[in-house]
Amino acid sequence: MSEKIFVKGNEAVAMAAIEAGLRCYFGYPITPQSDIPEYLARELPKTGGTFIQVESEIGAINMVLGASAAGARAMTSSSGPGISLKQEGISYMAGSELPGVIVDIMRQGPGLGGIDASQADYWQATRGGGHGGYRIIVLAPASVQEMYDLTMRAFDLSDLYRIPAMVLADSVIGQMKESIVANPRPEVDLPAKEWAVRGRREGEPQNVVKSLKLGDGEMEAFHWAMHDRYKVLADRESLWEEIQTGDAELIVTAFGSTARISRTAVDMAREAGLKVGLMRPITLFPFPSHAYLALSQRCKRFLDIELSTGQMIDDVRLSVARDTEVSFYGRPPGAGSLPTPEEIFQQIRKVYP
Amino acid sequence: MNQVFSRPISLKDVQTHFCPGCQHGAIHRLVAEAIDDFGIRERTIGIASVGCSVFLYSYFDVDVVESPHGRAPAVATGTKRARPDRIVFTYQGDGDLAAIGTSEIIHAANRGEAITVIFVNNTTYGMTGGQMAPTTLPGQKTSTSPEGRDISNDGAPFKMAELLSNLDGVAFSARVAVNSPKNVLQAKKIINTAFRYQVEGKGFAFIEVLSACPTNWGMNSLQANQRLTDEMIPYFPLNVYKNKGNL
Amino acid sequence: MRHDVFIAGYGGQGVLMAGNLLSYAAIHEGKNVSFLPAYGVEKRGGSAMCTVVFADGDTGSPVVGHPSVSLILNQLSFDKYAAMVRQGGTCIVNSSLVECGGVELSGVEIFCVPMNQIALDLGDVRMVNMVACGAYAARSGALAQSSLEEALKKVLPERNHRLIPGNIKAIEAGAAMARKQ
Repeated sequence: MSEKIFVKGNEAVAMAAIEAGLRCYFGYPITPQSDIPEYLARELPKTGGTFIQVESEIGAINMVLGASAAGARAMTSSSGPGISLKQEGISYMAGSELPGVIVDIMRQGPGLGGIDASQADYWQATRGGGHGGYRIIVLAPASVQEMYDLTMRAFDLSDLYRIPAMVLADSVIGQMKESIVANPRPEVDLPAKEWAVRGRREGEPQNVVKSLKLGDGEMEAFHWAMHDRYKVLADRESLWEEIQTGDAELIVTAFGSTARISRTAVDMAREAGLKVGLMRPITLFPFPSHAYLALSQRCKRFLDIELSTGQMIDDVRLSVARDTEVSFYGRPPGAGSLPTPEEIFQQIRKVYP
Repeated sequence: MNQVFSRPISLKDVQTHFCPGCQHGAIHRLVAEAIDDFGIRERTIGIASVGCSVFLYSYFDVDVVESPHGRAPAVATGTKRARPDRIVFTYQGDGDLAAIGTSEIIHAANRGEAITVIFVNNTTYGMTGGQMAPTTLPGQKTSTSPEGRDISNDGAPFKMAELLSNLDGVAFSARVAVNSPKNVLQAKKIINTAFRYQVEGKGFAFIEVLSACPTNWGMNSLQANQRLTDEMIPYFPLNVYKNKGNL
Repeated sequence: MRHDVFIAGYGGQGVLMAGNLLSYAAIHEGKNVSFLPAYGVEKRGGSAMCTVVFADGDTGSPVVGHPSVSLILNQLSFDKYAAMVRQGGTCIVNSSLVECGGVELSGVEIFCVPMNQIALDLGDVRMVNMVACGAYAARSGALAQSSLEEALKKVLPERNHRLIPGNIKAIEAGAAMARKQ
């Protein structure tokens, strides 16, 4: 096992991206994710990769589109206001079936909002975010180790399914430092990018990367094909973590930073003799619905915790058995709005059967 | 018997969707000839924009990436940086490049990206039906400037070739037209020079091509050509504004 | 075993460096560590805060509502955060800058160390954070003093390694004070 290193969540993303074979990074500074471009500006060129601080978020995502179309692993990173600007490019990438990694270190909104932690971009991330009806892969790390591991996973999943992938975290996970192992890139069997533009050689087909689909039935066929691909994605790639759910009478569910806080609250509940478990989705799209359904067959009470007025709870409610009671405790984003484990423990006591 | 005239091999043998009298076809041909002349078809990647130029991939027999509206220079930047050994060109209209994509073109030019930009200026949004473009001439009537472009309200037309030539990152900037045999020959020479810049790795090259849009101008082909001579060229002078490498 | 410590002071007192030092010391001892620099309006008031959690197993929540130990380096932080310490916990206070004589917190031990004075006596007030870390290690017993000394090599950039002996003295002085009382 390699030696443990002590790094920020944002730095772990950048390190993992390089390990994953990142060739091109394009980004624009915005708090609280600027450690990512700062790290890559320093380190990516040393590996022969390209770093550009772009004039705009829109320019950045379209450079990702162009580099990815040429077959390169490409990435951009931002936070709320910047992610909104990138939606045009993300929609075009989705329509062009282009891979690419977008890192969103969520901050508060709407508008300029604030720089403190928030989970209020769950809907934006998991519902596609731009126009036209599409989904992107969304991975939600809850530790610095996962920032590292899931960034590499994002590249692989994105290449494998030809769907843009987002790493969705917040300033707690992004700014937090933890001891991690910088694992080597896992071996994954990935198909060659035969669709990429490369310069059409005599006898080779012309490769065109595009989202315009005007042929009779072409667009409808595309949508159904993607619909099927999302199903395959859900069957094969859903990730989640269950802690002490086996005998649980109440299951706390949360992702990312709130899952970390809830983890300790669950320990406090166990110490107090309450049978409480934790269900943490790691992939937010695909949402691990079948795992929620299975859990809700035996545990009828859920408590959903979010840094918002409730967004993921939609997916939880859509997933669990109909007779399941899903309660909610949220701290909408704002300075000083981070709930403590003690606070969540109190909520557990309130709804515990 | 010697064949003295044929289709460039970089163009497909298909009918275009362009309107009668439209000059996109002539411009496509000159670009394809340049690609043929340098023997670079097998390593050329085109970046299509949004507007009448979107079907680039239907006519050019090269690999193509379709870009969001105005973002072709950013897409080209990504493609060229990922594949520096390839020849990457964008082909954009005036609404695409000089309105919604102003930021992308100026910054790609300023970075001196090693790409070639073909900018087709026909003073109107062709695909969407003849609305006012950033290059619409003062007083020119369009569907969104029914009384004629009013500079006090809409600003003056962008002169992109001149504007970009002021940026240090730009190696070559010129304006040409394809409305007469003489101008076509001159345009061919200059478009070739623009590609030579990229082939020789000498920096960012920009070509503005004045083009007629008879359909949206409400004219026949001859009238449109005449308008180009009488109104457009005086406002948008044909010139090489920058030729850093004296190629 | 899971330990948590909250550190607060004003900008310039080396609060974040203290958090980093404790983190590296815990890593040196083979623990898992979470270090969370504080976010919130307070940050803009010129104060600096961080929380360090370390454990043999999972560190759990990086956010701690009621820390078991707080290192409080200035008056403002004392007024705001001393009362947050968990029942049975310890509040280690920089009595050079905090008026803590006669103050009582029910169920919380207040432990006063004249950190600025100790650092000044050793020649540099900027070592106040090292004094605090030494006091923490000795008082809590959560980390060995030798691990702190080892961690200095990681926390200080190479060019400042000449400062390590001085910092070790500051850590020792803080620890000695903790052992004395």
